[in-house]
Formats: sequence, C-alpha cells, structure tokens
Amino acid sequence: MAMKRRTIDRWAPWMFLGALLLGWELVVRVFGIDEFVLPSATASFMALYNNFGPIMYNTWPTFWTTMVGFGLGIVVGVALGVIIGSSRFMYNGLYPLLVAFNAIPKAAFVPILVVWFGIGVVPATLTAFLICFFPITVNIATGLATIEPELEDVLRALGASRIEVLRKVGLPRSMPLFFASLKIAITLAFVGSVVSELAASNSGIGQLMLSAASTMRVPLMFAGLIVISVMATVMYQVFAVLERRMTGWATRGMDAHG
Amino acid sequence: MAQAFVDFHRVYLAYDETSGNAVEDITLQIHAGEFIAIVGPSGCGKSTFMKLCTGLRPPSQGTVAVDGRHVSGPLKIVGMAFQAPNLLPWRTTLDNVLLPLEIVEPYKASFKAKRVEYAERARSILKTVGLQGNEDKFPWQLSGGMQQRASICRALIHQPKLLMLDEPFGALDAFTREELWCVLRDLWQAQRFTVVLVTHDLREAVFLADTVYCMSKRPGRIIARRTIDLVRPRDLEITYEDHFTAIVHELREHIGRVRKT
Repeated sequence: MAMKRRTIDRWAPWMFLGALLLGWELVVRVFGIDEFVLPSATASFMALYNNFGPIMYNTWPTFWTTMVGFGLGIVVGVALGVIIGSSRFMYNGLYPLLVAFNAIPKAAFVPILVVWFGIGVVPATLTAFLICFFPITVNIATGLATIEPELEDVLRALGASRIEVLRKVGLPRSMPLFFASLKIAITLAFVGSVVSELAASNSGIGQLMLSAASTMRVPLMFAGLIVISVMATVMYQVFAVLERRMTGWATRGMDAHG
Repeated sequence: MAQAFVDFHRVYLAYDETSGNAVEDITLQIHAGEFIAIVGPSGCGKSTFMKLCTGLRPPSQGTVAVDGRHVSGPLKIVGMAFQAPNLLPWRTTLDNVLLPLEIVEPYKASFKAKRVEYAERARSILKTVGLQGNEDKFPWQLSGGMQQRASICRALIHQPKLLMLDEPFGALDAFTREELWCVLRDLWQAQRFTVVLVTHDLREAVFLADTVYCMSKRPGRIIARRTIDLVRPRDLEITYEDHFTAIVHELREHIGRVRKT
C-alpha cells in the first residue's frame, strides 16, 4: 500500500499535466475556438513538430543567454548578499535602494540596453541578469543577518575573524535559502531573456514568437511558450536535485530520497 | 595568594548611555583551576559578566585582566557553552566538536595534516561524556541532553584555560541535568581548567563550584561571596545532606532579599 502511494505521488505531476492538456483540447474543440484565437493542444504540438528545426535553432540562444545572465546573477547576487548581510550599515543603506531597483519592471530596461549595446544577445543576457539577482541577494543577506548571536560569541571567543565566521557558519547556514532562491531566480532569468528577445533580438524563442505573430501563426507562438516552459522546468529540477544533495540537513533528511 | 587568573577591578558596563549600568562595581578574583558559579535573579547581568570576561565587550569603567594580561579584545583561549547547544546542523557531531580546532592556533595551522589525530581526540572526549557511537550523527538526530554534551565537548576540545558556561543545563530535564553535573565535575576534576558557571540553579552552583557569587538585580552588583567547602570529589548524594541544604538555603536568602527590593 505504501509502495502504491509513492508511485501515485511520483506520477501525480504527469497526471495533472495530462488533465490540463486534455482540458485545453476539449475546450477548444467543444467551443469551436478559432485557431487564430486559441490553437488546440494538438495544433500547438504539431506546430512544434513541424517547425522543430527552426525552434531548436532559436532555443539554443535563449538557453545560453539565460544561463549566462543567471550565472552573472549568482555572482553579483551572492556578493551583494554577503556585503549587505554582514554589516548593519550596508544593510540599512543598500537594502532600500535594492528594493526600489527591484520594483522597476525589467522590460523597461530593454530599450536602454539596446541603445547601449545594440540589438542582439547582450541585452537579453543583461535583462536575465537584472531580473534574477535580487532574490539571491535577499536570501543570502537574510541568512547572514540571522546568525544566532550566541553562536557568533562562541566563535569570536575562539578568536575567529569575521571572514572565518562567514565561512564556517554564515555561508553554510545560508545555503538552504540560497538554493531556494536559485529555483526562483532561474525561472525569472528565462522571463528576462525572453522579454528582451521579444523587444529586440535577431534570434531566440522570443524573436521566433514575434515573427510568428507577424504572420498570425498562433500555434507556433504556443509552441514557443511550451519550449520556454520545458526549459525552465528542467533547469528548476536540476537545482531542486542539487539543493537536496547539498542541504539535506536543512530538511532533517526528510526528503533525502524524495 | 598567587596572582589571580581572572581579575576584575571595579568594573562597570553600560551598553548605551540611556539604559544605565548593566553591571556595577564588580571586583573579583578567580585563580587558575578554580570553579566559580555566579547566581542571581534573571536579568541581573550574569551574561554581561560573561561578555566582559571573554573580552567580547569592553568595560565602560574599570579593568579586566585574564592570565596576567589586560583584556582589550576577544580572548582566544576560551571555551563557551550556552543554554542552547548551538551546534551546526550541517556538520556531524564529530565535525561540530572539531570546529574550534579549525579556528584556534596552533591547531588551525596543522588541522589538515593532523585531522586523523584530532578526530581521535574528539572521539575520546565524546566518549568521556557518553556519546560514543554518535560521532557521525547529525545534531538534529540527537536528544537535547546529548546535544548539550556535544556542545560541552566542543567547548573543551582545544583545552581552553577558561571555560564559560551560561546556564548550560537550563533547558534539560532534572535527571539529565544531574547526570551532566557529574559529567562536568569529572571533566573538571581531570583537567582542572578554570570555570565560570552562570546559573540560576542554586543546587547546581553549590554542587559544582568552589566559590559562589550572588548578584543583585539590575544593575548587577556582587552582593555575596560564599566559599563552598564541601570535600571533593563530591558525590551526587551530598546534595541531600543537611550541610549542603544549609548552604543552598543561605544563598536562597540572599537572592530572596534582592528580589524583594
């Protein structure tokens, strides 16, 4: 019985995905919705199949601009998080600025980036970066700012320097928060790069969707959405697995086999 | 008397200008190898005393000297344990106990080279507190009492000259607490480090310490000093003897008086 329960749990996401696709297909057919308005699931997947070459050709630039932007986001996000989290002065001074910056819709940066760097992969990479570093910074900073004062006393009474406290306690204890933020950041990074491609790019899924829109090939646009969603989900899973491996202690080993 | 190991001379500390003194006019001497306990009502500045003694806080007035030297910054020879075990959940029990050796010289420099030797030392100290077989478990897989034992091991692994304990047994049940009194007694009897035990448990103070200091409520002052002349090694049985109870009563009266005012 327990075995069966687990099997069901494992297949649950696929069952819901199947139900969603089936519902989508049924709604379109039953109500006879025009393909220009909402293409059916089968039409979208057919478009994906028929245009597999061009789609793959455009998937690659989207993927790597996102990953480069995400990588930058990790580096800058962690650095800022460490700076803000380890000093009250920095926390008070920089945090409000970051919040204000984060409130700006990142799509609004795209025209500026295009003016600076021209049309191409640079604006997409930078938009991905700008949108994804904030959650990483906030989580690292929170992890560092909430070290138990007594634990810090234990280490300082041993003569530990600030760097040592950071290395031995601050960073390891921020790891669960860091990985949680990576899962948010990776999906945001895809949002950033695709938004930028939609506005100004020569390649990428965003650009493909834009050109499909100009010729009213709506099923192809949906195929583009599916591809983005699959990429983001796969990357999310990669980081979820990494998280379980690295920070199993945080969940007290509960999902070590999950 | 030989030069004191810890020497407080007319020490005052105010955390900031508005809140008044946390402790006032503390003068006391602890000699090397002595076990002292500080008791007092809650909020009396017992923890402030710890911070002053370890150099984590400089005094507002007066001087603190440890081991013949004026204390001006955090000391590097102190082991500390608190009411919360504060173990690192991502490290095994063994690695938690090894932590000080990764920070304190001379161990730090040779930590990688001598890791096996140090791990052996950690195992043996864990064994003395009855934690053998739990070295590779994570702290959250241990009971509260076991975590506190590991925490004391961590405080002692680098053979500190001074051990500071801030209500280390406060969160434990009565049986475990008495068991750990004996663990601490045996460790101290064997190694003779200097201990400052902050507690609100008078029986604990009398059972373990050579000298008990009573503090008044905030601003904390030392209102009584009582030498405990019970013969060592002390057995848990003595806590039920009249002489022991009389001392506890006497201290209780001091505390009672400051609580009333």
